[in-house]
Amino acid sequence: MSATAIAIDTNRPGVPLSRLFKVELRKMFDTRSGFWLMMSIAIVSTIATIIVILVQGLADDPGVTYGTFAGAIGFPMAVILPIIAILAVTGEWSQRTGLITFTLTPHRSQVIAAKALAAVAVGVGSMILAMAIGALGNVIGSTITGGDMVWDVGVGDFFLIMLGNVLGLLIGFMLGVLIRNSAGAIVAYFVYSFLFPTMFGILAELVGWFKDLQPWIDFNFSQSKLFDPPVSGEEWAQLATSSIIWFIIPMVFGIWAVLRSEVK
Amino acid sequence: MITVEGLTKTYGGFKAVDNVSFECKPGAVTGFLGPNGAGKTTTMRIMAGLTIASSGAALVSGVQYQDIPNPGTQVGVLLDASAQHAGRTGREILTLSALTMGLPMSRVDEMLKLVSLTPDESKRRVKNYSLGMRQRLGIANALLGDPKILILDEPANGLDPAGIHWMRSLLREYANRGGTVLLSSHLLHEIEVIADEIIVIGNGRIVAQGTKAELLQTAGTFVKAGDMSALANALTTAGMAASPSGDGGLRTEATPEQVGKAAASAGVALIELRPAEGAGLEEMFLELTAGTQREEVTTEGATA
Repeated sequence: MSATAIAIDTNRPGVPLSRLFKVELRKMFDTRSGFWLMMSIAIVSTIATIIVILVQGLADDPGVTYGTFAGAIGFPMAVILPIIAILAVTGEWSQRTGLITFTLTPHRSQVIAAKALAAVAVGVGSMILAMAIGALGNVIGSTITGGDMVWDVGVGDFFLIMLGNVLGLLIGFMLGVLIRNSAGAIVAYFVYSFLFPTMFGILAELVGWFKDLQPWIDFNFSQSKLFDPPVSGEEWAQLATSSIIWFIIPMVFGIWAVLRSEVK
Repeated sequence: MITVEGLTKTYGGFKAVDNVSFECKPGAVTGFLGPNGAGKTTTMRIMAGLTIASSGAALVSGVQYQDIPNPGTQVGVLLDASAQHAGRTGREILTLSALTMGLPMSRVDEMLKLVSLTPDESKRRVKNYSLGMRQRLGIANALLGDPKILILDEPANGLDPAGIHWMRSLLREYANRGGTVLLSSHLLHEIEVIADEIIVIGNGRIVAQGTKAELLQTAGTFVKAGDMSALANALTTAGMAASPSGDGGLRTEATPEQVGKAAASAGVALIELRPAEGAGLEEMFLELTAGTQREEVTTEGATA
């Protein structure tokens, strides 16, 4: 046996983020469950739009505007987008695909970054699609009822709504990174977005001084301001401080854990 | 070339891998043999950068795995063929890896052909794959980037005899072209069939290593009789120490001729008498697995 030394080529180009982004985006669509989860965005937006049109027709309510459609579509989006982000992360652990993913890309932070970019891209795309479906609903609805077509969501408002939803998606992403288990992260998201706000609300009612503190530390509270423009400078500051507590700090801890954890 | 030096991994107080050192040379298939839970998978995970070692190092041609750029094109790794998204098709799994490594899509077809997965099978979802098909897919995935070094954990698990034969030829050719192969198994037979060099691990420690010829060659004789206690007595009378060996026989350091004479003078009819080739490795392996085995290894008739 000749001892032909096989050298590892350390000068070869690494795996660029752009390629990982494409791979991660593809992974979100390439299973039946993933595909239908994506489709559910269009389906749910359409259903919400149809319901608004029906209500508009039955009640003959002239008060329906584009904002009504946007609101009706927005609620299911706030649930679906974070779940998409959660599953994009946790699948590597729950389905154990991380064994290959992190072997092909040992720098795990790059994989996490690619996943975050892919999730945000899907979030932005979904919001544009959903708002377009809502706009179509507004046109059809007012045509059927013969009412005035009211466009009360400006471009600026639209960006704020989009930002609000992307933030919600990133909260899901963070919980996925932190918990690394599909079921656990989804449950945590519901605790985060439904249980915590209720508790903070009760606390604010009962404890006087907490009412002033709440906007600064309650993420859901400060995030909700994005859906209710205009957003004041103080509200932006409140969003920043509550984001540090509920998003940035756990995210940093989650990434630290991912980099150190054993992939099994 | 893979170099493992003083590798240790502890979980709490438990040493899964205990000061393990070995080398895998190019041009050879190195078999990593040990019972389940011996530390094979942990060692291989550390090699691929998925687990952080407590101390020691595992280097691929002197480089840490994490420092290898586009590692899939330089080191092929298969750690668990079942660790796949059940909802993806076999072809899709290879496509994702090919996209990550930046390979042309024609590579996917080449690999599917190499591991004999038909176009029809490649379009099926992995949840409908047998373990043997998953192993083939896993091997295709490891070979996809045309690496010069292969690390395969239990690749023969779930393959039928024809599949094991196929893998032996595949890895043999690969090694003959100068490739380095490390593969693990908990079955002595698989390792015997495929490997040139053997490393035996038990309870996290290396217990033996060497070429297959070295490890399988043992001095002494394997002997078996219809009346095993009479045989044991005959050997004791003749002053030969004997110990139980696989399949209900005895092994002694004496030559077959000496054993035959002792049995003849005691009037014991023998069923088998031969040089004890490989018996040493098998005994060592049985001893290693005895702790985790449900059945007791019977030592009946071997009280001598």
